Amino acid sequence: MEANLHHEAISEHNPIYKRRRLLNRLLMVVSLSMLLYGLAWLAWILVTLLIEGGSALKPSLFTEMTPPPGGNGGLANAIWGSLLMVSTATLLGTPVGILAGTYLAEYGRDTWLAPATRFLNDMLLSAPSIIIGLFIYTIYVAKVKHFSGWGGTLALALIVIPVVVRTTDDMLKLVPNSLREAAVALGCPMWKMVTMVCYRAARAGILTGVLLAVARIAGETAPLLFTALNNQFWSSDMNAPMANLPVVIFQFAMSPYADWQRLAWGGAALITIGVLGLNIAARLILSKKN
Amino acid sequence: MAELNLDIAPKIKVNDLNFYYGAFKALKSVSLDIPEKKVTAFIGPSGCGKSTLLRTFNRMFELYPDQRAEGEIIMDGENLLTSKRDVGLIRAEIGMVFQKPTPFPMSIYDNIAFGVRLFENLSRSAMEDRVESALTKSALWKEVKDKLHQSGNGLSGGQQQRLCIARAIAIKPKVLLMDEPCSALDPISTGFIEELIGELKKDYTVVIVTHNMQQAARASDFTAYMYLGDLIELGKTDDIFFRPKDKRTEDYITGRFG
Repeated sequence: MEANLHHEAISEHNPIYKRRRLLNRLLMVVSLSMLLYGLAWLAWILVTLLIEGGSALKPSLFTEMTPPPGGNGGLANAIWGSLLMVSTATLLGTPVGILAGTYLAEYGRDTWLAPATRFLNDMLLSAPSIIIGLFIYTIYVAKVKHFSGWGGTLALALIVIPVVVRTTDDMLKLVPNSLREAAVALGCPMWKMVTMVCYRAARAGILTGVLLAVARIAGETAPLLFTALNNQFWSSDMNAPMANLPVVIFQFAMSPYADWQRLAWGGAALITIGVLGLNIAARLILSKKN
Repeated sequence: MAELNLDIAPKIKVNDLNFYYGAFKALKSVSLDIPEKKVTAFIGPSGCGKSTLLRTFNRMFELYPDQRAEGEIIMDGENLLTSKRDVGLIRAEIGMVFQKPTPFPMSIYDNIAFGVRLFENLSRSAMEDRVESALTKSALWKEVKDKLHQSGNGLSGGQQQRLCIARAIAIKPKVLLMDEPCSALDPISTGFIEELIGELKKDYTVVIVTHNMQQAARASDFTAYMYLGDLIELGKTDDIFFRPKDKRTEDYITGRFG
């Protein structure tokens, strides 16, 4: 009897089974449509960016300075300024971020300092970037009494740090403890275990974190408005106001002049393509190494 | 009970060892001798303290602040638990192989050279010789000699475990601890490793923790049966399996346990 009952229940006409199947389909349709909904906006942004910005992507964009209204020009000074500040900020922020993340995941495991730092870091991570800009304005720009590339760099570096701390911490925590034990069992001192074994195992994740941070600061506008401001001319002087893509985009896009607006589109497309290229390059390097 | 009345000198003497995970006492006044250049197996049901005991020998437990050991573990006249020497030196003398293979995320060659470089500054050719001899001893050389610079993660589970054994013996330890080294391996790889253990005891004192009684019977010279943190019986493997003195050992060996 019991065996027969089970046989009848396992059938396509079983209402419990039918209901489950229906729910499964429903959930799949809903999640798929939400995916498409999200992707559609992204695609729209990208297509608009490429159509509007694409026409501005000419050689002159890279060779000529930002023009006065009505004049011809490019974004050369802004591109240079952005490159200079983003790369310096990354160079300043990354070591601090990686080392702090290493402390959290490896050294500070059983201290009160690590959870407290992690909490503060998460607050910094979600702090509005305009506050970072105002902070650097107060402690640096206002003190030296002029806007400068260093001010912008410091503000951007402050944004890099929490991103890198968080990803380094998370990625090191994913390294299995058995690997640490294996290193230590050979007589390996802790610093060597961390640098030779844990960093290697978490390499891809840590690098992704750095790239995320670069992508984030490449488009940050608010912190630069209060610090680097802008400069109409080519300048490599980090102690002087420095042109940069986000602030130029902000100014030009808000202006009533069509040629300025076109340059703003070009700058926006350039940042997006740059970040995309950086990500692709990193994936290629990592996949080759593994 | 745990003193061995044999002609073999003990390599390690454990005296009145107690171990705590926080407030939980995992080893209760354990004393035993580990004979030199023999294979000693720790058997017993899960949670009996056999891995815990093994991990006191190289002070691995010190990685975890709530764990502590009290008592004596004497090797070459020195209490390893209170030694003033750097713990890295002690761990280099007492190699360890783990339950799951743990190749480092680097090439096969570097996996072995990594440990050697911690203590020795070898020339390129000397290092190559050392890597080859370690891989030969662990019966892996023939399989990997043409891909030494490929990642260790690309090997099969059994090969990875032999790589880990090669890595441990490359730094020339005195003792080799093996914590259930075959539990993640298939029977063929297990056979390989057991055969290897037989070879290794020519040069090293081997201590192995195993869940598999047949493995203890096949691969070890001496067997210690542990239960709930107590060392119940230690003796020649044949005696433990065929003429156990303690009723509890007999129940476990014959499967009447629990």
